[in-house]
Amino acid sequence: MSDQRLTGAEIVLKSLADQGVEVIFGYPGGAVLPIYDALFKQNAIRHVLVRHEQAAVHAAEGYARSTGKVGVVLVTSGPGATNAVTGLTDALMDSIPVVCLTGQVATHLIGNDAFQECDTTGITRPCTKHNYLVKDVNLLARTLHEAFYVARSGRPGPVVIDIPKDVQFNQGVYVAPEQVVHRTYRPQTEPDMRRVEEAVELMARARRPIFYTGGGVINAGPRASELLRELVRLTGFPCTSTLMGLGAFPASDRQFLGMVGMHGTYESNLAMHGCDVMINIGARFDDRVTGKLSAFSPGSKKIHVDIDPSSINKSVRVDIPIVGDAAAVLEAMIAVWKKRNCKADKAALDAWWAQIGEWRARECLKFQQDMSPSAIIKPQYAIKRLAELTAGRDDVFITTEVGQHQMWAAQHIPFERPNHWMTSGGLGTMGYGLPAATGVQVAHPDALVVDVAGEASIMMNIQEIATLVQYQLPVKVFIVNNRWMGMVRQWQQLLHGERYSQSYSEALPDFVKLAEAFGAVGLRATELGQLDDVIGEMIETRRPVIVDVNVAENENCYPMIPGGAAHNEILLGGQHLTGEQSAPEEGMVLV
Amino acid sequence: MPPIEPIERHTISVLVDNEPGVLARVIGLFSGRGYNIESLTVAEVDTYGRRSRITIVTSGSRMIIEQIKAQLDRLVPVHKVLDLTDEGSFVERELALIKVAATGDKRIEALRIADIFRARAVDSTLESFVFEVTGSSEKLNAFIGLMAPLGLVDVSRTGVAAIARGKEGFLGEAILAGE
Repeated sequence: MSDQRLTGAEIVLKSLADQGVEVIFGYPGGAVLPIYDALFKQNAIRHVLVRHEQAAVHAAEGYARSTGKVGVVLVTSGPGATNAVTGLTDALMDSIPVVCLTGQVATHLIGNDAFQECDTTGITRPCTKHNYLVKDVNLLARTLHEAFYVARSGRPGPVVIDIPKDVQFNQGVYVAPEQVVHRTYRPQTEPDMRRVEEAVELMARARRPIFYTGGGVINAGPRASELLRELVRLTGFPCTSTLMGLGAFPASDRQFLGMVGMHGTYESNLAMHGCDVMINIGARFDDRVTGKLSAFSPGSKKIHVDIDPSSINKSVRVDIPIVGDAAAVLEAMIAVWKKRNCKADKAALDAWWAQIGEWRARECLKFQQDMSPSAIIKPQYAIKRLAELTAGRDDVFITTEVGQHQMWAAQHIPFERPNHWMTSGGLGTMGYGLPAATGVQVAHPDALVVDVAGEASIMMNIQEIATLVQYQLPVKVFIVNNRWMGMVRQWQQLLHGERYSQSYSEALPDFVKLAEAFGAVGLRATELGQLDDVIGEMIETRRPVIVDVNVAENENCYPMIPGGAAHNEILLGGQHLTGEQSAPEEGMVLV
Repeated sequence: MPPIEPIERHTISVLVDNEPGVLARVIGLFSGRGYNIESLTVAEVDTYGRRSRITIVTSGSRMIIEQIKAQLDRLVPVHKVLDLTDEGSFVERELALIKVAATGDKRIEALRIADIFRARAVDSTLESFVFEVTGSSEKLNAFIGLMAPLGLVDVSRTGVAAIARGKEGFLGEAILAGE
């Protein structure tokens, strides 16, 4: 152990540097001034100044998701910490590794209702994977290293370290990362091989199998995605993905059925409903995926691979649970499949693919677009063109806000590789996409980073345009502007008797002028003939851009499984629920 | 609808690092996820390793009980979780201090019942007793029920402490290395 004595603030910076941190997202304030002072005196770590602490956490999430590293946040006490809470909850729900440092009032003031004091560890306890209040400077380095270990190990998540101001000033001893071993936390990553053997045996006998993959595959690293591709091709089984898992398996592959769930494809939902063996890799049977639990995939045997034992049998009872890292389990499954020389039941599988082909022929994502130059742009078409005009590049990262545009982006943009798609899946945080894109662009300065947004969501963190301008981050904000909180409007139309309570976007700003006011570039497309040119100009512009695409106001997002319905009760576009029939009470209570 | 699962009562031991906030994490988990707590006790049991044992009595369907254990186990400061109810036979005890204020026949009857329950009088005035009684929660409930018409004025209970029967230890070797 080194006997070099450093101040707490210096220990923080040295710990971050030793953890390989290159950039932190933050906002200064009274209780973190010593850390900002130490930051000023060094060059190893960059700081990106956001305009709201929530955005700092989302930016760190975008950074983490696009790089596989831990995202780091630095905010002050009180309002700094409370503003970060939404971001922390978002990271918890979507299992994103984030370390968030919060300033705290001096230890002798804690509990005194001091200026900008709040019970940060109390408030963040349920919205973090773990949190710490460090009252002794000699525990600071150890705690930081532990926090990084906890954030990235097992099922990743956010960790808060609350550091009182006097601890930042006090002198103490530094401890290097390799000297820190966690006392208790040892997540299981290697699977029980007997379970893997059982699973492969079940898979080899399957007649109507399906892979159901989720964000766990992305979190397990790029190798897990490669192994997934290998296993899916080896078996010849169809593969679907959750919202969070898009990109782990290439969307262009014939074996990919598209996204599953409430706004997933017809073929993937019906295949999930009708399968006889479901192989869940790193997904958690979220209610957005399962729909009505009692009618969820009633005839199937289920294999569930998850690194978090608490995800297993939480809502859906499974037959073969396998706790482990997705990459380790996939590798083991491939090895066993090959060792046993397994062959899928060809005749049964052909029949299953023929059935899937019939479902595919329904073309559930189809929409009508009038192609005359003065035509009104359909929102789906705007997103489809965005995808088509950026196809062929491998450096396109897409983030989204939350709502209809998010679902259309998930449906119409084909994701070919992991870590290129960032969306708020679990918490559904409007205002996520712009700051997340900021974090992605910081990590990938030359990439094309597009935030697909709605005109309502973008207003929730619009101040972050200033961050883009300050750091010359050429993020593109692609607003699909239908003048409604579209998903709210859709539910009100389908389930609440067309009573459009508070869902119209009144008094919208002029987004082009707004962009210019921030020092960014503003573009607008109001009719079909302008769309491609505007997207082209957006791509060419090496500056932050806001694109305001005015689209058809009343388009709804289909397919849709209404709340409380089963997968086989999926609605396609053109089938409209109206009036009384549309409001089954048990469905209405499910958001 | 799937058949409704029967509700089971389970006694669970949790070994945790004795650090600030650890009890709040456990309690917050139960309240946040809507699980029941029938009884909860906590005390440091390993002063050398600074570890505490939390004993929780909870109830729920089999699926919920499994969830509770998995959720407890993934809390970072948790060393291990043991479901005593599932592991076989175990001993479960609770202590209560019970104050009865009475004179005359009621006072004599209270003493007589206390004797049957092997409760000890640990404080006495001419108008009151404080009884100390240990046993299963059911025994304590029965005793308190009998005291109610005899002048019961106050009750303080510890909650359940429990330990598995047989030679196996829960704390492991660390406790033996202490002091």
